[in-house]
Amino acid sequence: MAKIGVFICHCGENIASKVDCTKLAAAIGEHPGVEVSVEYKYFCSDPGQESVKKAIRDNNLTGIVIAACSPRMHEATFRKACAEAGLNPYLCEIANIREQCSWVHTDKDMATEKAMDITRSMIEKVKRNNKLQPIEVPVTRRALVIGGGIAGIQAALDIANAGQEVVLVEREPSLGGHMAQLSETFPTLDCSQCIMTPRMVEAAQHPKIRLLTYAEVEHVDGYIGNFKVRIRMKSRYVDIDTCTGCGDCMTKCPVKKIPNEFDCGLGKRTAIYTPFAQSVPNIPVIDKTSCIYFKNGKCKTCMKSCQINAINFDIKDEFIELEVGAIVVATGFQVQNTAGYGEYGYGKYPDVITGLQFERLASASGPTAGKILRSSDGKVPETVVFIQCAGSRDPSKGVRYCSKICCMYTAKHAMLYSHKVHGGKTHIFYMDIRAAGKGYDEFTRRAIEEDEASYLRGRVSKVWEENGKLMVRGVDTLLGKPVVIEADMVVLATAMVPQPNAKEFAKIIGIAYDEYGYYNEAHLKLRPVESSTAGVFLAGACQSPKDIPDSVAQASASASKVLALFSKEKLEREPVVAATNEITCAGCWGCVLACPYNAIEKKDIFDRSGRLVKRVASVNPGLCQGCGTCVTFCRSNSIDLAGFTEKQIFAEVMGL
Amino acid sequence: MSEPFEPKIIAFVCTYCTYAGADLAGTSRLKYAPNVRIVRLPCTGRISPMFLLKALQKGADGVLVSGCHPGDCHFTHGNYHARRRWMVFRSLLDFLGISPERVKFSWISAAEGGKFADLINSVTEDIRKLGPFDQYKELIRETETPATL
Repeated sequence: MAKIGVFICHCGENIASKVDCTKLAAAIGEHPGVEVSVEYKYFCSDPGQESVKKAIRDNNLTGIVIAACSPRMHEATFRKACAEAGLNPYLCEIANIREQCSWVHTDKDMATEKAMDITRSMIEKVKRNNKLQPIEVPVTRRALVIGGGIAGIQAALDIANAGQEVVLVEREPSLGGHMAQLSETFPTLDCSQCIMTPRMVEAAQHPKIRLLTYAEVEHVDGYIGNFKVRIRMKSRYVDIDTCTGCGDCMTKCPVKKIPNEFDCGLGKRTAIYTPFAQSVPNIPVIDKTSCIYFKNGKCKTCMKSCQINAINFDIKDEFIELEVGAIVVATGFQVQNTAGYGEYGYGKYPDVITGLQFERLASASGPTAGKILRSSDGKVPETVVFIQCAGSRDPSKGVRYCSKICCMYTAKHAMLYSHKVHGGKTHIFYMDIRAAGKGYDEFTRRAIEEDEASYLRGRVSKVWEENGKLMVRGVDTLLGKPVVIEADMVVLATAMVPQPNAKEFAKIIGIAYDEYGYYNEAHLKLRPVESSTAGVFLAGACQSPKDIPDSVAQASASASKVLALFSKEKLEREPVVAATNEITCAGCWGCVLACPYNAIEKKDIFDRSGRLVKRVASVNPGLCQGCGTCVTFCRSNSIDLAGFTEKQIFAEVMGL
Repeated sequence: MSEPFEPKIIAFVCTYCTYAGADLAGTSRLKYAPNVRIVRLPCTGRISPMFLLKALQKGADGVLVSGCHPGDCHFTHGNYHARRRWMVFRSLLDFLGISPERVKFSWISAAEGGKFADLINSVTEDIRKLGPFDQYKELIRETETPATL
């Protein structure tokens, strides 16, 4: 006979203000099989949990229903409480009367009625719950870090320094990501390369880190602790083990005028190239689309110039299959395409550039060796206009969010410019100055007070050319007047956007993303570095726009999560898996077709004399992820899913 | 007409997308019609047409099935199975003379709290227009009466 305990939580006023909890508790107390029906202010609190445990012990309850917030919030909490009271944790169900009832309805009577239905249906379900035991699975102690920017490098180093193996995969020919492109960093103005390149070298030389550059993750299979990954090593056409990085091939290459991606098109590179002088590894790649040999079969100048015969045009892409226990995704961001900003003249006027291009101009290793020069005529600009929020916070351009770093880097740009060009004038159009961060507000004040950046609160409507000057028409909303500024250079603080293939890549790994393509965390506040998939963690700007300190902090947090995972010999998994009834299974293999994880195998059943009696489907609980597609598929009702059995769900529907 | 008809709608949703989307509607404090009761399942692939029939039999005036967008299924392709079943189920209902308008299908991701609230409101209005679902109950009465004698 079922003895169910029902615990109705007020959640302070959150539930109690819209649901009459006293009425609910009384009505539920009348429901068949309910032994205890009580209400309390906060059941998730310590005394609340204690009262649940006491009720379980005192009444020998056979199951409990917590009518409270979403199971996504506190299911784990109350399952643990159950276990502590000696009740199997899977005999606990949550009736979601907060997120899906009290918070979304205004009529108290209707909400109370709905809460009753929800609670009743969970009571009917829990009556049919079975005692389940968690499944133990082994953990492969090797982490995969995807992305070799500052976030990926930090995560890889943290994990490797704790003694665990790491495979660091970078899509580009070199580590470094966006941070390697930056000139100086706010708010300290220390040189980005000076702090970044030692990290890159450290990662490349670390005995616990296997570095795979110019490589892409193509396929991910498996689950927490036991992922199987396929990585494509794109062919460099240069033997990575033989090449010494002398650079002879690059000086000899006849194709010299390809816009350099690393310099955002401001500099030029050859067809065989390293992205930048400090590349790690310092081994060139051949750009197949520009190389003369790949176009018409003749040239091979680089091959002839190589003293040690490291260049080989026959090298093919290779595939590496790896087993890893955890994945850190640190795939970073891109700068928004400015094509949508016809009014600012990007692409039309060479001296309208993006913030990242300005970084390259200001960088000592950039195309101008750190001099701020106009692309059009090579002259030093005397007046520079910066336009903030060029894309960000603009729903009409599809970016509603704030890119977070632009206020700071624009202040930095204005500062760097005034340090390099004495007497130069800077104007910054802004919407709001968002300088929240350690030392950030002081930094923007310094740009205004010491480096005399003139901040104009307002938007720019148009940029056009007149007599060799860029005319910037905007509005100063504080004066309430339109302004026109004659500028020599215009810098757009373009929005940070997810990588163009972010959504497709998320599907490969099996993680969730938001409407823009930023990867979703498991919980915005309490689980900010875990993705929606167990064993996959997030670091850096692939999750949301972030500056360097935030990216590093999140990367270290991800690393600590990976290390916590690796601290155990075995993992416990939720026992929500399918199981077959071998007696009724007819061996039609419909379930085998339906299973997305190849978790269903064919099993032979023999009689005592060893004769094959029949072949039935059998579920491998280690591979089964518990979607239940096979259950619905089964023609003879021979498979059921623990935790969501046919009986349970029908009972739940009947209870409504 | 004295009181407006309040339909009862049962929604079968997957825990990863639509259930999370419904939670998001809650945390965003969006308001929607209180006529829907949610049944949480691991995946839309788990949803058997029998559940829908049972809901209609037990007095639901409408049924909703919602899961992850195509391509976004946490279990890679449970929602495609659901979609195929759905097409067949709908034509079966049509064949039986039950208005397929009573059963709705939708894709709602974990990020679409607003879409969830709008959906519930529009589904509730649609079912309200269709009126109470008596057809099935009549049928049950017919078949059950002799049995109880």
